[in-house]
Amino acid sequence: MFKGDFISNLPKIYGTYTGGFLLFVILMAILEQMGVGADTIGILFVAFTVFIYAAIGFLSRTMEVGAYYVAGRQVPTVFNGMATAADWMSGASFVAMAGGIYFGGHGYLAFVVGWTGGYILVASLMAPYLRKFGCYTVPDFIGTRYGGKLSRFCAVVILVVASFTYVTAQINATGTIASRALQIPFEVGVWFGLLGILLCSMLGGMRAVTWTQVAQYIVLIIAYLVPVFWMSNKQGFGLIPQLVYGDAVARITELEQLHGLGTLEAVSGAAGGLRALTVPYAEAGQGVLASWKFVTLVLCMMAGTASLPHILMRYFTTPSVKAARQSVAWSLFFIFLLYCTAPALATFVKLQILDPNLATSLIGKSITEVNSLEWVQKWSNVGFLQVIDANGDGILQLNEFFMRGDIVVLATPEIAGLPYVISGLVAAGGMAAAMSTADGLLLAIANALSHDLYYKIIDPNAETKKRLLVARALLLIIGAAGAFVASLKLTSILGAVAWAFDFACSGLLFPIVLGIWWKRANRQGAIAGMIGGFVAGTWYLYMVRFAGMDPWIGIDHLRFGIIGMPVSLVCMVVVSLMTPEPDAEIQAMVDDTRVPVGKTVIETQTAK
Amino acid sequence: MNEADNRLMHWQSTKRLMIITLSLWAFFSFVVHWFADALNAFSFLGFPLGFYMAAQGSEVAFVIIIFWFARAQHKIDLQYGFAEEE
Repeated sequence: MFKGDFISNLPKIYGTYTGGFLLFVILMAILEQMGVGADTIGILFVAFTVFIYAAIGFLSRTMEVGAYYVAGRQVPTVFNGMATAADWMSGASFVAMAGGIYFGGHGYLAFVVGWTGGYILVASLMAPYLRKFGCYTVPDFIGTRYGGKLSRFCAVVILVVASFTYVTAQINATGTIASRALQIPFEVGVWFGLLGILLCSMLGGMRAVTWTQVAQYIVLIIAYLVPVFWMSNKQGFGLIPQLVYGDAVARITELEQLHGLGTLEAVSGAAGGLRALTVPYAEAGQGVLASWKFVTLVLCMMAGTASLPHILMRYFTTPSVKAARQSVAWSLFFIFLLYCTAPALATFVKLQILDPNLATSLIGKSITEVNSLEWVQKWSNVGFLQVIDANGDGILQLNEFFMRGDIVVLATPEIAGLPYVISGLVAAGGMAAAMSTADGLLLAIANALSHDLYYKIIDPNAETKKRLLVARALLLIIGAAGAFVASLKLTSILGAVAWAFDFACSGLLFPIVLGIWWKRANRQGAIAGMIGGFVAGTWYLYMVRFAGMDPWIGIDHLRFGIIGMPVSLVCMVVVSLMTPEPDAEIQAMVDDTRVPVGKTVIETQTAK
Repeated sequence: MNEADNRLMHWQSTKRLMIITLSLWAFFSFVVHWFADALNAFSFLGFPLGFYMAAQGSEVAFVIIIFWFARAQHKIDLQYGFAEEE
């Protein structure tokens, strides 16, 4: 069936895989019809998909350095695009984004804009040049371009802080989903999730993570799109939901007035994490401050995209510079498929809850009727939803209906009355999203520590076998540390995710960009830029979030990159200009980075 | 034309493309959304325009810009003889 080598068979292999997965979904649907319980189907979905990823991880095991760190640099454009999309779209994108839009309306869409447009920065400023450079990790680029152990070390520290804040949130999400689907306690679920994540990455490093991420992308995109398309067609909203929700947005604005949004008093007493609707959906904030807050959030998320090492390192795996560039474009395309669907989903769920003309509506109905609905009961029992009849009139008002944002994705199948098999599919998709991102992040951290800290700084004479052993041991330790922190439940998922972007752009954006685009940038400047930006950003985060300082002109803890980035730029430029320019060899290296043709810069270096 | 000049011209074309790309990027990332409230007075496919640009319009623009950029940069590389052999 599969003649020739693995790479040329990829379309066939993943085509078969996709077919197999769809067959599995159909099999589950048949089982459901035969009366198999919803819980069993949920368990089968999560267990089966995680088993497949682990199997791919096992089959991709390797003892070669090039395969372990950069998947042998032979991942084709489109497949790398899919892998990056899975790497990128986290549990937060999958589970929380639509809910965020549901509650936050236009203001929250800053995340959707910010988490897509950053790829233009990656494509035009970063990825092709880093691929030509031929580094294994992002600190590898910093350390080689600027020279010296201190510059490499600073980059490692920033990478670890940014990625670790992010990875705990992902392990947390895998734990939440695993605990719900497999009906085990959250603390156990976290470790189960970690086990799955490590099975995908430990034996084969980047190679294993690449091929599992492609598999995970396929599951997550099917799991996101199928329910939305199905719901849209079943409820008569239209054939292609992404194109037809304009009228629904307009209708929601009418309904908000009808239900008295903004005039109702806030009702207290809801459990933590549950919210009632308070923000107008389509209305943009008025005035300069609102616009400023929107674009600063967009900027931080975009700059963070272009600085997060687990994303940049995906483009080290392509066969050529041209492929790296195209691969960024495909990544954005595959991400776009989900991100343009999230607002449509949020809109339709909102319409279904608010519009009294629809059978699914809740607001305006009697409390007894609402409480008798099966999905309302089910999600109330797990603390995701709460109805409080504050004024005692027996009718549900907008300010009396509380829920968690995650419900928008997780309960769509039930709100729209789709079969349970779809809920199982959604759980598998959420698991895939969280696992793939966690994998990429853990690998980015472990690779930086093993390659840059251990091999390049501590023991440059270490043998290959020992290096790969250290890399795997670190993966295990960092994963365990992440799971431990996740089990403490310290921050909400979203707070931590946005912080990772701010940390990354505060410390790494300018040292990477200027390393390529400004020949005059030197070691002292880069070190000043990394330390200055990172310290300023972290200080600001601490002051605003924990020390009670009032944010300056609306720059809250989600946007602290706005403080870190300019400090980083100024420090880097000023210090570079005050110190001698880099030597001729470094300058030639930069010239070489700028043209696609020829050997990688690192190869040329080692050949000398 | 000697090798050094060729490299310089290649880099200048690359820089020019980068500036054009990032100008388009900045327009759809920041300028459009700065005026979201004003744009909401207009309607597009039934959407208030400001909302539409944030929910879908900018994202579509990003996808188009990024594929266009990848092609344009490859053309520049070919023109100056710096493209990789396939």
